[in-house]
Amino acid sequence: MNRHLISAADLSLVDAVAILDTAEELARLAERPIPKLPTLRGRTVVNLFYEDSTRTRISFEAAAKRLSADVINFSAKGSSVAKGESLKDTALTLQAMGADAVVIRHSASGAPHRLARWIRGSVVNAGDGTHEHPTQALLDAFTMRRRLGRLDGLRVSIVGDILHSRVARSNVWLLRTLGAKVTLVAPPTLLPVAVDGWPCSVSYDLTSVLPGSDVVMMLRVQHERMSDAYFPSVREYRRRYGLDSDRMALLPDHAIVMHPGPMNRGVEIAAEVADSPRSTIVEQVTNGVAVRMAVLYLLLSGSREPDEPAVADDAELVTAGGLTGTAERWQIKP
Amino acid sequence: MSAASSGRRSSAPRDRGRWLIRGARPLGGPPADIQIDGAVITGIAASGHDGRELAAGAGVTVLDASGLIALPGLVDLHTHLREPGREDAETVASGTAAAALGGYTAVHAMANTEPAADTAGVVEQVWRLGRQAGYCDVCPVGAVTAGLQGSQLAELGAMADSAARVRVFSDDGRCVSDATLMRRALEYVKAFDGVIAQHAQEPRLTQGAQVNEGEMSARLGLAGWPAVAEEAIIARDCLLAAHVGSALHICHVSTAGSVEIIRWAKSKGWLVTAEVTPHHLLLTDELAASYDPVYKVNPPLRTAADVAALRAGLADGTIDCVATDHAPHPAESKETEWSEAASGMTGLETALRVVHEAMVSTGLLDWASVADRMSVRPATIGRLSCIAAGQQDMRHGCPIAPGSPANLVFYDTEPIRPVDPSAHASRSRNSPFAGLKLPGQVIATFLRGTPTVLDGGLAS
Repeated sequence: MNRHLISAADLSLVDAVAILDTAEELARLAERPIPKLPTLRGRTVVNLFYEDSTRTRISFEAAAKRLSADVINFSAKGSSVAKGESLKDTALTLQAMGADAVVIRHSASGAPHRLARWIRGSVVNAGDGTHEHPTQALLDAFTMRRRLGRLDGLRVSIVGDILHSRVARSNVWLLRTLGAKVTLVAPPTLLPVAVDGWPCSVSYDLTSVLPGSDVVMMLRVQHERMSDAYFPSVREYRRRYGLDSDRMALLPDHAIVMHPGPMNRGVEIAAEVADSPRSTIVEQVTNGVAVRMAVLYLLLSGSREPDEPAVADDAELVTAGGLTGTAERWQIKP
Repeated sequence: MSAASSGRRSSAPRDRGRWLIRGARPLGGPPADIQIDGAVITGIAASGHDGRELAAGAGVTVLDASGLIALPGLVDLHTHLREPGREDAETVASGTAAAALGGYTAVHAMANTEPAADTAGVVEQVWRLGRQAGYCDVCPVGAVTAGLQGSQLAELGAMADSAARVRVFSDDGRCVSDATLMRRALEYVKAFDGVIAQHAQEPRLTQGAQVNEGEMSARLGLAGWPAVAEEAIIARDCLLAAHVGSALHICHVSTAGSVEIIRWAKSKGWLVTAEVTPHHLLLTDELAASYDPVYKVNPPLRTAADVAALRAGLADGTIDCVATDHAPHPAESKETEWSEAASGMTGLETALRVVHEAMVSTGLLDWASVADRMSVRPATIGRLSCIAAGQQDMRHGCPIAPGSPANLVFYDTEPIRPVDPSAHASRSRNSPFAGLKLPGQVIATFLRGTPTVLDGGLAS
């Protein structure tokens, strides 16, 4: 397991399965009278939230507390951030306070990468801009595995605003690693231009995709996308990409409906679908705590060399001409 | 002259006056001796033992430049000196010192200062600061529109008639996106042989844009800056320039498609010129995967296919010249999240080395062509090749020959060293080449017979 959890793409199959298996064990803990373990006693976990996300913050807080860690909630509002302190200075402050792990939610893609350069502790990405949200993908995979018994070969359709979705990105990378077959479904305006290079297939037509789906994951579509001309109207979006009970009837009997929340009922998902037995939306929230416990447990409970560098391993960087260097950011090309 | 070799040190205290520089290879050709008297090259002869070499007389400082390449002093069409307004990032003095160390004898200072260089007063101030610093000629670029706001023409004629003699006008950093305003600007500057240098970026297609739109932007979740946003403006402006018979210069061309459009426009005989930056000749958008904003620049780093097309375009002359887009920023503007960070990279002190690596080592350009792309052509585009302002000979990009102003750079092709921004004369450290091993070193630079750089360091 790496020191940080920043991108689902960084997880090997062994790591990903270890997290899911650990989460399975920890989920059983919740059934005990006192659902708490002493594992992370004396460890400090900071929830550094630059965006409002009560559900994710509470989930991480519950996870850390059930492992007996000390939890500090640091939200951008009501802190020095509002007065203009930089992420770097905030990182140095948290470092000085001895944070063992920082769970960061930030509106800027890549903020966790930056943070990992400035602190010694583990960085857990709780959603960065339009980049990734790896623990969401892990809890989604956990939920699929619990409901359907497997991930390998599972046909998963992810529907909605792929372009701006960190959930979609993390799911694409993680599900690829776990052997599932992903289909992205969206209007062409809400797909990245280079999506054909991703390890998944793409469709513009939800209706034709549903009969071959074991899982359909609906993403929240934001109203402001309409003003940027990504689609003409909410009505048209719902007609073409919304999941109502007529469309749900096209799914195989065993198929499940997922949503990372928060939902726009009546837009991407009809109320009767959200509340149907196929829906795993509430389970996803429950499972989120177990998965986040597993992540914190695996990142923090192992032994660590005190002199390990704080810098995350970068991808190999070389110039267009294959030019190489020896300094930190210029690694030698074989 | 080499810092590494004491045998190359000057044989007499340096002196503005008379110099005899022995053994350098003009444009990479056979070794020659170059004689400088005052501000002018007065003699050149093949080095050798046939008795025809130039002899050092009394009061002549002799420099041994054996093995070094001699080039005409480099000319940068695109420099941000930041003064007035952002002296924490750069001053005219620090930026021109950086330029001299990079082998430059003239730089064009972009107009996006605070206040913007949109009046005769501001351009004269920048010009005067350049004269005071003395490291290289500073040619202020005038803003096209008042306050760079893109709505009303600045007083272009007043800047042209000022002591700064502005000939290049640009809203660089912003695109003159209004087609009518661009047309008028192109037409208007014909009255004083001016040129409009366009920052080609369709604003609606690049709102919030962070990195090249493609595989990397999709994966990194950073808003894409599509190639078409550059190419659409270049195509439009080439057509406008043709329609009104005016001179258009395209700043920092970054895509393969732009090279194609410019090649087509030139084939029509239209007055279109273009520049490419060193960083777009060497680096690609894959570096954004680190989310380190030292790689954030506008236009963004593109793909390896774009880099190949830019190199080919520079080699075949479709792209006229290399311009640095030297854009210094203080550390706090780069030690942030990517989307919060300022765009831009320093470049003056590494440009020649990067061109050496990207163009010469690859066999795409010889040293004579490097002189053409980094001195002769930018001087022509900047209207510096033929002017004589007042008592001073302001010509740049001239042949290394008797009668030319003694603007020269001597370059050692041998050393290969990692780039160390902490050693740069620029006030800012945002070099994307930090740590990268690049060939070459500027050993000496002469501005009108006065050494600005000697032994690889600033001449005091």
